[in-house]
Amino acid sequence: MKNLFKGLLRENPIFVLALGLCPALAVSTTVNNALGMSAATIVVLIGSNLVISLLRKQIPDDIHIPAYIVIIAAFVTLVDMAMQAYFPALSKSLGIFIPLIVVNCIILGRAEAFARKNTVGASVIDAIAMGVGFTVGLTAIALVREVFGAGTITIFPDGGVIRIPGLVDKPALVFAFPAGALIVMGFLQAFFRWLGEVTNK
Amino acid sequence: MTYIGIIITYVFVSNLVLSQFLGLCPFIGVSKNTESAMGMGFAVTFVMSLATLITWALQHFILVPLNIVFLQTVTFILVIASLVQLVEMVVRKYSPPLYQALGIYLPLITTNCGVLGIALISVNKSYGPMESFLAGLSAGIGFLIALLFMSGIRERLDTEKVPKHLKGAPIAFISGGLMALAFMAFDRALLTNLIGG
Repeated sequence: MKNLFKGLLRENPIFVLALGLCPALAVSTTVNNALGMSAATIVVLIGSNLVISLLRKQIPDDIHIPAYIVIIAAFVTLVDMAMQAYFPALSKSLGIFIPLIVVNCIILGRAEAFARKNTVGASVIDAIAMGVGFTVGLTAIALVREVFGAGTITIFPDGGVIRIPGLVDKPALVFAFPAGALIVMGFLQAFFRWLGEVTNK
Repeated sequence: MTYIGIIITYVFVSNLVLSQFLGLCPFIGVSKNTESAMGMGFAVTFVMSLATLITWALQHFILVPLNIVFLQTVTFILVIASLVQLVEMVVRKYSPPLYQALGIYLPLITTNCGVLGIALISVNKSYGPMESFLAGLSAGIGFLIALLFMSGIRERLDTEKVPKHLKGAPIAFISGGLMALAFMAFDRALLTNLIGG
């Protein structure tokens, strides 16, 4: 149980471990995109952790990195194709960041740091914990950016859009741009550090 | 697009780090001092120019004719990983001083999403071989510039008083954001004015 919650705060992949930063900033313009990206990442993370921990005694040490990359790339291809088939709009707005899940350091990082040394059950739990932490981090960034940058909260693109009076007409556009993303990221990281310290006491 | 246009686009307008969010991990991780920023920047530029050229050839001579484009992600990442390995071996054999300078950064490049990113962007925009190569080269130079600027800022930040929780990565992100703000001056309109579309 403790392992399941470590990803939320103490080992939050985005804010504490600083892994998977590129997708975290690139797709966090709307909450909807953030959730879609998180779902795709969680599926790949669970799949790769599962297979890698199953094969941990079979994969020779010398070539373990290329072997892991192929396993991860296979899952990414599956997710990419499934998304194109069932969620074409989402797949379009996430663009090249779906294939780029392959080089998301969270996935290779967890394979290297956890799945290759632990049992299948523990690895799946680790994948879920990290996935949840990634989702929380990504959604937090997206929430700040969307509320201030567009004045809306998009949960579903059609029908699930909450408009915030006062902001929706005159949003601070800079939050939607890369510059705003980087600044929000810096402050949220500092906030999570402070939060981690306060809750540890 | 003209060759000059591609160079200006990927060095300034669509700078990999500051406007496309690619390669952020090394941007934060390897920017603590100018020397390592230079090393990383040159290593990435080198790999990117080669990778875009090779992935272009793969896409046009193997994946498309055989109708297996769905294997794109797997093949591209494998090519990049083996290319990095090859570059590492060649550099170690023929230029020990260069290896001394770049060695430790080379393995890190495989997971730099900028390399796979620019390869995918070139293929998606259906660039020709020369255009792909230039896109890779200029994206690498753009990355080098961003990394160098960042390392300059961070070397200065070291001696400044920074609030406890903002130390290290958070303040680096905020400085990066301010830099991105400055880079917003390089936009499509500038490109149109310079080279006429």
